[in-house]
Amino acid sequence: MEVLKLKDYKWNAVTAECKAQESQKTAGCSGEAKTVPRKRHEIMKWNGWGYSDSRFLFNKKGQAEFTGKRYRLSGMIMPGLKDWFEVTFGASLQHKTPATPVLTSSSVPPPTLNEAFVEELKSTSIPFSLDAEDRVFRAHGHCLHEIFALREGKFGRVPDMVVWPNCHNDVVNIVELACKHNVCLMPYGGGTSVSSALECPPEETRCIVSLDTSQMNRILWIDEKNLTAHVESGIVGQDLERLLNESGYCTGHEPDSMEFSSLGGWVATRASGMKKNIYGNIEDLVVHIKMVTPQGVIEKSCQGPRMSTGPDIHHFIMGSEGTLGVVTEVTMKIRPMPEYQKYGSVVFPNFEQGVACLREVAKQRCAPASIRLMDNEQFKFGLMYSQMKNENVASLLSFLMKNKCTSLITSFKGFDPNNLCVATLLFEGDREKVLQHEKQVYDIAAKFGGLAAGEDNGQRGYMLTFVIAYLRDLGMDYYVIGESFETSVPWDRVLDICRNVKARIVAECKDKGVQFSPFSTCRVTQTYDAGACVYFYFAFNYRGLSDPVNVYEQVEHAARDEILANGGSLSHHHGVGKLRKEWMRDTVSNVGMGMLKSVKDYVDPKNIFGNGNLL
Amino acid sequence: MLKKRDDFEDILEERRNSSDLRYALRCYTPVLYKGMTPCKADTLKSMVLQSNQLRYVISQVSKETGRATDDVREDASAILEEMAHSLQLSTVRFFAFTLSKVFKTLFRSICVNEEGIQRLQQAIQEHPVVLLPSHRSYMDFLLMSYILYTYDLALPVIAAGMDFMGMKFVGEMLRMSGAFFIRRSFGGDKLYWSVFSEYVKTMLKNGLAPVEFFLEGTRSRTAKSLTPKLGLLNIVMDPFFKGEVYDVSVVPVSISYERILEEALYAREMLGVPKPKESTSGLFKARKVLSEDYGSIHVYFGQPVSVRSLAQGRVNRCKFNLVPRHIPGKPSEEIQNFVNDTAYRLVRAQEENMVLKPWVLLASLLLQHHHQNQTAGQERGIALDELTAQAVWLRDVSREYGAFLNWPGVMTPSEVVSSSLSLHRGLVRICEGRVQLAVEQTATGEPHSAVTPEEELLSRAVVVLSCASYRNQALHVFIRPALLASAIHAASSNQKQEVFNSFSFLRNMFSNEFILCPGATVQDFEEACYLLVKTRALQVTQQEVLVTERGQRTLAFLTSMLDPFLQGYQVICRFLCEEAADTLTEKRFIPAVRKFIVKHLLAGRLRYTEVLSSDLQKNALAALLRLGAVRKIKGAEPGTLKVNAVMVNSLEDTLGKNRAVSWTRNTQQE
Repeated sequence: MEVLKLKDYKWNAVTAECKAQESQKTAGCSGEAKTVPRKRHEIMKWNGWGYSDSRFLFNKKGQAEFTGKRYRLSGMIMPGLKDWFEVTFGASLQHKTPATPVLTSSSVPPPTLNEAFVEELKSTSIPFSLDAEDRVFRAHGHCLHEIFALREGKFGRVPDMVVWPNCHNDVVNIVELACKHNVCLMPYGGGTSVSSALECPPEETRCIVSLDTSQMNRILWIDEKNLTAHVESGIVGQDLERLLNESGYCTGHEPDSMEFSSLGGWVATRASGMKKNIYGNIEDLVVHIKMVTPQGVIEKSCQGPRMSTGPDIHHFIMGSEGTLGVVTEVTMKIRPMPEYQKYGSVVFPNFEQGVACLREVAKQRCAPASIRLMDNEQFKFGLMYSQMKNENVASLLSFLMKNKCTSLITSFKGFDPNNLCVATLLFEGDREKVLQHEKQVYDIAAKFGGLAAGEDNGQRGYMLTFVIAYLRDLGMDYYVIGESFETSVPWDRVLDICRNVKARIVAECKDKGVQFSPFSTCRVTQTYDAGACVYFYFAFNYRGLSDPVNVYEQVEHAARDEILANGGSLSHHHGVGKLRKEWMRDTVSNVGMGMLKSVKDYVDPKNIFGNGNLL
Repeated sequence: MLKKRDDFEDILEERRNSSDLRYALRCYTPVLYKGMTPCKADTLKSMVLQSNQLRYVISQVSKETGRATDDVREDASAILEEMAHSLQLSTVRFFAFTLSKVFKTLFRSICVNEEGIQRLQQAIQEHPVVLLPSHRSYMDFLLMSYILYTYDLALPVIAAGMDFMGMKFVGEMLRMSGAFFIRRSFGGDKLYWSVFSEYVKTMLKNGLAPVEFFLEGTRSRTAKSLTPKLGLLNIVMDPFFKGEVYDVSVVPVSISYERILEEALYAREMLGVPKPKESTSGLFKARKVLSEDYGSIHVYFGQPVSVRSLAQGRVNRCKFNLVPRHIPGKPSEEIQNFVNDTAYRLVRAQEENMVLKPWVLLASLLLQHHHQNQTAGQERGIALDELTAQAVWLRDVSREYGAFLNWPGVMTPSEVVSSSLSLHRGLVRICEGRVQLAVEQTATGEPHSAVTPEEELLSRAVVVLSCASYRNQALHVFIRPALLASAIHAASSNQKQEVFNSFSFLRNMFSNEFILCPGATVQDFEEACYLLVKTRALQVTQQEVLVTERGQRTLAFLTSMLDPFLQGYQVICRFLCEEAADTLTEKRFIPAVRKFIVKHLLAGRLRYTEVLSSDLQKNALAALLRLGAVRKIKGAEPGTLKVNAVMVNSLEDTLGKNRAVSWTRNTQQE
């Protein structure tokens, strides 16, 4: 900041309330508790995942612990993690790769400013900032290469300024000014992108303005007759649920990133939530969308639950990844909060049986709110997390046996600890119905050799979802890099794609000179009538490699090729961004590309929304 | 060009020193694919019958024919019953015992490259494996299983032709040793094809056993590799294309016999004496065979080839995303081309690792001398020391060309020559220090019944063809330089472009005769140039191709090698122009052309008795059909041939220009 000598522009201290919107607030929805401040780096890591106070570390005894107070795992010690970590990756606590501790503003490129734009923006009293911290924080998502570069203190092209509109009208003003002065706008929601969507195109010469929607985080009204809520797009998942819960409602939309990801981001990327089996994915939840584009505001004239009025314009918006405009307000379905929730888990003798069970559950259309199937590697990982000391597969089995009637014990004979896998379940609804539903699912599971393995194992599985991203940061402290990626695939291909992609990862790592065998695992996370969503986790120890990120990217690229060759989609819910752009044409055909292109050309002829995603 | 190849180990050596019974009964614990335990034959059958693919085809057939699905399923089950192997370890042990006895009597040694075995062992654990041995003898697949048993490797299941099933007892024995039987032709039979392909795929996908089959489809009677058949190769690659397995390892195996058991049998078969139908009694008659010395066998397990890496960038597997994988479909052109190229590549890999014995070189030389002397009217043969000197020369040339020559280093060249000649004494006669083909006598042990000139000719031809089958073993080494040599001879100038055109013509003409990868004309031309330049037989500049002084001898040898084929194709063209009536059918072609050739041979108008080979005649016809000089039309009878006389005539002329007469004269002067 000092170096930039741009103090004139330091307007960020000024807060301008959007009066018009303020008056519309419903009584039940207090907008006071702001989870996401404008200065995000005050509570969140600038070079890693999540809250600054929450992180994994190995303490002086060499035991892993999770700091902070926010999570169930916080403050706990995990004795098994060190061994698991060392054995799985061949890593050692002796070999550290610490991150650059503080952001050095001087190594951030100075902003390229469009003076006229800045002058006019000032007159609107919309807050903005030119601070290096603010700009760097919005220059990235959470792809491995992005975080890796930050940890090394390297910055590429970063936005030249950040603006914080407070309401829809602010956005209209900003977009108008951007068009007038030919400034590039990049909408920024929760910053949890894993598709390089937030990376500034290096070739962009115009001033890049990051439009941070975080301050547009109010629930504007709740309609209890129609069970809808009208919400500003910047609200993050945890706030939305919390605020609705206060009125006895929920959306039920819970992507793994829901602590940080925003409603607008979900719409822009076609997000999917863990409990979509009950509540639906974002496209099922949205009733009305308002988006500001360079051509003006796009929205429908009514809130009819379904329309036959040509192609649904919402589908131009959903998945547009910030290339057409800024989503400002969304009307979405809400549901009364469920009366009862119950976790569960089932152990299967092998992955094949597990997949067959999920397929049957989908066929009978009786999937619980969530059903996920972990492969053997992840099963072992989950066990390691168990708080019970020295627990291993054998003791889990004995635990199971003790708790089961004797007739079941014989069936354990076919269980090989190196093939076992586990499904975690979450049921929701009326107590009565949940219990009935639960029985139905466990009965199906039994047909595939599945044994109920308790609520705790299930709950732990879901809890891990929220800390797994923190775990990557721990790995990166010790030469281990990794990431997850997803796809959707027809049922008959599930087993083949899992086997082949995992094998491809192992083969590519070997081929690229990775010295240690990689961690290559998968899980089935969603079921549909015609297929499933599959997640792959891939990490390896990069000691001995000169350019680990490059190796990582080549392997991930090969894995994506393998996914496509095995009938998988380019993405189930992460989106395309810039990371997967090269496969778009093959994915949607030439004509499909032309269609999307022509929409872009009409809506945004000057490429104001120039983040370069998707097309 | 010099390739690094593995060393061999003789597996019979241990058999000669220890108990065969103990060997046959020893503990057999092969490593398996991903630790899979092989399933019972019945389980396999029910997996096949319950597969999505077969269920689909059964219902299709039922709809098309109006028959009940249960009936069609019965048919499928019967087909499977007829086809399926029933591998039993006890039978394998029986074979291990008896074959040990038989092999020790017949062969001096069975040499196997152990490193290849190690590579195979590795491959079996990682991916489903397909074994592709060359096919020169009935012995091949028993030998393969014997070797794999010896090295404690998973026993393969082997695709065998139905003709074996004629031999009741033996057929069942083979079935129990892992053979499964397929009909020779089942073109339109959807159900049969489906049962068959699903059977093979089920074994492969589940990694139940390595699948073994012969790319060449049948035994090569000429010892030349045959144009590969694509059906089975397509089937075994399909699970990879469809993502059902991560990869498939294909292992080419080269089996070379110093003396082929079926030597004279093959020659007779090609001369039109029909082959004895495979019958158990016939096999026992072959007991005579047991009393002879058949030298050694070399088996080379080649580098496992990953189908995945071959397909990289060539096959777009996404094409299979839009149709359920169990619905059978015709392979796309992309797939067909890929499979075809791969097949050629694999046959070439077999060829390259085929061990050549010194006799192969001697047979080449003796044949050339035979033909030259025949023209000159002398039949005195060649002096032994002259033959030795030429053999040494040829040894050095062939090594430079990358031949996998097994020339015993510890022996002097003349010892090598005389031991080779003695092993093949049925084919050569040594008289007063001169060697010639044993053409005057009828073949060994036959009663002197041949009286007519035609019969005498045929009995001579048996020896010549037998001898040619050994020369043919080396053809793959020389074929590209030989085509170039003939092309240079035919071209009217030294212009490189003209030589290339001529080369290209010949290569195209002979692509049914020799293994020449489709679309690789330029590579083959460059390879030929490279070899001839390397051996200083040729100088190749930007514009010109020049034969060096030193190169005359090499080029003479090479053109002489190709000359019988040139004459063969020429005379077939002439036959088609002169004698082909409207009623000529594919079926009648061979007898008719044979009659025509016999007539010309007896009149002394043809030089090479070799052209009597029905193999050559069939290949020539196939080439002419491919080139459009002959067409199959729907005439009175199926397979009626329509000759384009103008085109055939012109082909004959062009072939004539390539003939080697002037080169052979040069050799005689030396």
